[in-house]
Amino acid sequence: MLKKFWFLSIIIVIAIILPLIVQSSYYRHIFILILIWGALGVAWNLLGGYTGQVSFGHAAFFGVGAYGAGLLAFHLHISPWWGMIVGPVAAVIVSIPIGLICFRLRGPYFALAMLAVGEICRLVFTQWVSFTNGAMGILTLTTFSSKLPYYYIGLAILSFSVYTVYRLMNSRAGYYFVSIREDQDAAESLGIPTTKYKMYSLIPSAFFSGLAGAFYMNYMNYIEPSVVFSLPDVSIMIILVVILGGVATLWGPVVGAIIFVVLSELLRSSLGPAHLLVFGVIVCLVIMYMPNGIMGEVDRIKKLLQRKGARIGSEIT
Amino acid sequence: MSLFWQTLICGLLLGGVYALIAIGMTLIMGVMKIINLAHGALVMIGMYITYVCFHCWGIDPYIAIFISMPALFFLGCLIQKYSINVLIGKESILPENQVLLTVGIMLVLTETMRLIFGSDYKSVHTSYTGTSFFIGDVSVSIPMAISFVIAMVFTYALHIFLTKTDIGRSIRATAQDKEAAILMGVNTNKITIVTFGLGSALAAAGGTLLVPIYYLFPDIGHAFVAKSFIITILGGMGSTMGALFGGLTLGIAESFGATYISMELKDVVGFVIFIIVLLFLPGGFKSLTKR
Repeated sequence: MLKKFWFLSIIIVIAIILPLIVQSSYYRHIFILILIWGALGVAWNLLGGYTGQVSFGHAAFFGVGAYGAGLLAFHLHISPWWGMIVGPVAAVIVSIPIGLICFRLRGPYFALAMLAVGEICRLVFTQWVSFTNGAMGILTLTTFSSKLPYYYIGLAILSFSVYTVYRLMNSRAGYYFVSIREDQDAAESLGIPTTKYKMYSLIPSAFFSGLAGAFYMNYMNYIEPSVVFSLPDVSIMIILVVILGGVATLWGPVVGAIIFVVLSELLRSSLGPAHLLVFGVIVCLVIMYMPNGIMGEVDRIKKLLQRKGARIGSEIT
Repeated sequence: MSLFWQTLICGLLLGGVYALIAIGMTLIMGVMKIINLAHGALVMIGMYITYVCFHCWGIDPYIAIFISMPALFFLGCLIQKYSINVLIGKESILPENQVLLTVGIMLVLTETMRLIFGSDYKSVHTSYTGTSFFIGDVSVSIPMAISFVIAMVFTYALHIFLTKTDIGRSIRATAQDKEAAILMGVNTNKITIVTFGLGSALAAAGGTLLVPIYYLFPDIGHAFVAKSFIITILGGMGSTMGALFGGLTLGIAESFGATYISMELKDVVGFVIFIIVLLFLPGGFKSLTKR
């Protein structure tokens, strides 16, 4: 327990002082992207990993959050930072009817219904030009010239989401979520109101996706439906990021986000458009040989390394 | 009234090709009980093979079908054998691991094509592109009509294959009850590989038939994944005939949506039908005939 506490404190200290050491705004940009993807992954993981309701449409919540912030600036001409409140709330409001409809379906059917929801959102936001400015998107002005404030806001969002998921998963609700994933019928027979608890899992998930979306809007200052509601670049990418890091683990999504962002930035400069190809191959290999992701198999990896270490040690002596 | 008939014919012809693609998906779904999210990417690869055949060797798209289908059959067999079958029997937290693997495969296939051909839109211009004939005052596009006829021929051929041949029967047996099929001496492992190849070949056929009508780009697969799904759910999972009717229904629904609601919202029509069917008729058309 004490070891864990020290480990966590070290990570927090590193996370806080890292951007102060690294002055380059390019690297800070990468850190901020990691924070956004991490928060999104943590949000998806609550619903998809812990509760087992794999959603192929989380871009809907991300996009609604981003548009919640963007439309405030666009129509009411107030600071899009108010969107940090309005965006996630809008995402939650949208998630309730979606959940009530889609939770009547199970497993792959649910996943596909969510895919349809995400795509419907994208098409509606593209076509409803008078309200959303359509495919032209929304452009706002940058608030801070330095990346530093954005970094700390992003860090706060990620910590907030990780902490919330941690508290949820260590409460009664968390055990209910896992029981729903393991066997819904058994959970129901034990008296767990499954649909209600799926909603309790969806709402925070939508909230944090929306929060990440609103922050994305404030950071990027430009959104359009084909970017924030994208099926391949948001909905599916979140899933792959979480799978890579480890489903149903607290830190898996963050690890996945680090690997995804760093890899795509590293490869973007050397391989050009092939970075997604390499990422795809890695994801396939991880699913095939480490089905629970990197954090999910961390014990196995440790054991392997130890065994190898022992072998090397014995060879030396 | 002629607008109505025009819309109906247009939707019907396109729906036939959709049905062919969806039948490939429904076959895979029936045997493996998984949703193949890479299906759209396979359609896309079929389209690119046709494009290359036309541009490099001047092969007519309708003849290129005999190249794209075997090629994709082979590719499909490889995917099944070396990636999806590896997962069978592996423990994991999420039960949908194989589905997620197909997502990864989709990403790999799409990005490979993007690397080779770039992201720009391409199209094939044949001598009959844009030509049409008239029935009364309804104009029928010739390439669409040819594609429809070929798609129907393939559907019928598949039906014969599944009901009359030995492998076809084994595929249906595996789809119905895997354990029982093993007991009856069916090599289900081989059958899954053949089925995935067959499904991919059908996807390629659909893609090839769409080339003279449509344009192609690497991300086009996403649209077909969504459409195949809607059709599969409409028709009832694993049902070939259901997929045929589902395909025609979706084609017609999209066509009417485009004419009477708005061109841009025609895809929304498909998704709305999808959710309604999932909610109120989860077994699809198949469950209607059983009652």
